[in-house]
Amino acid sequence: MTLTCPECEGPVLLTEPVRLSEVAQCADCSSELEVVGLDPVTLDLAPEIEEDWGE
Amino acid sequence: MRPVAVLASRVRYEEKRIFAALERRGVAFTHVDTRRFGAELEGAPDGPPEYAAALNREISHSRALYASLLLEARGVATVNTSEAIAVCGDKVRTSLLLRRAGIPTPRTAVALSPEEGADAAERLGFPVVIKPLTGSWGRLVAAVHDRAQAETVLEHRAALPSPQQHIIYLQEFVDKPGRDVRVIVAGDEVVGATYRYSDGWRTNAARGARSAPCPPTPELTEPARAAARAVGGGVLGVDLVEGPAGPLVLEVNHAVEFQGFQQAHGDAVDVADAIVSHVLDAASGARSREAV
Repeated sequence: MTLTCPECEGPVLLTEPVRLSEVAQCADCSSELEVVGLDPVTLDLAPEIEEDWGE
Repeated sequence: MRPVAVLASRVRYEEKRIFAALERRGVAFTHVDTRRFGAELEGAPDGPPEYAAALNREISHSRALYASLLLEARGVATVNTSEAIAVCGDKVRTSLLLRRAGIPTPRTAVALSPEEGADAAERLGFPVVIKPLTGSWGRLVAAVHDRAQAETVLEHRAALPSPQQHIIYLQEFVDKPGRDVRVIVAGDEVVGATYRYSDGWRTNAARGARSAPCPPTPELTEPARAAARAVGGGVLGVDLVEGPAGPLVLEVNHAVEFQGFQQAHGDAVDVADAIVSHVLDAASGARSREAV
């Protein structure tokens, strides 16, 4: 499934099945994106990395 | 069976593999976005817990810890437990438990202020590695080769607002052969091992290290299994470095990422399926306890 990057309007490819909270990267502008809705599938900018994130 | 909860605010390659493994096995599950999760502390609801078990894949250490605590209070079996998450999220606590269990680790020191850090580094002997207590992916980790470098790094640490950043964790710099080893453990089972190669001294996959299959020899798997047990067990990623005198355990990760690991092994290993097996074991154990 191909969507439009909310930052640069470039194409963003998502592998199905698409999941809520899934993260993807725009190949054009490298923005990190998050799936925030499934019906229809909607992308928004993903949150910035926080200090306590990790493995 | 009640559904398994999968806690995650970010659904990455790993979580998609786990969802697919649950679906392949016909296991009912609910994805819980931990950013939208909360629970009242006054009394658990009547009847059995709402989830058969909870697999905690939360990327934020704080949210992961409190999510497991809240679910445990409601009687839900968690993977990983709040205890394991609390230990793995604190390098001092991890090191103390590894030492107590007799597991080889690099020589380690802790200074309770940045001002004391340079003296602690000097006593340990340069070069040393200065690491934050919490965090991974090699972030804010610095190799320092002399006192002047140490003082520079520590001055920056002192300027950070979080008091936790003012606790200084130092380790001897282990001269490794351009790689480290990641062993994934689920319960008492070693899922597999990879080498992580890097041109730089940090060999974190998040920094672009290249993963390749590593033979799971007892020399590596035994300390990894013991380290996993020492921090409370569960699904864990144990990082080891091959020192001149043998493998040393560097750290244990409670929210193990495995994209590079899985791609290195191809079809020979299925990490997500091993994780699901362990979660189902935890759910089965919880059901048995409820029945008593």
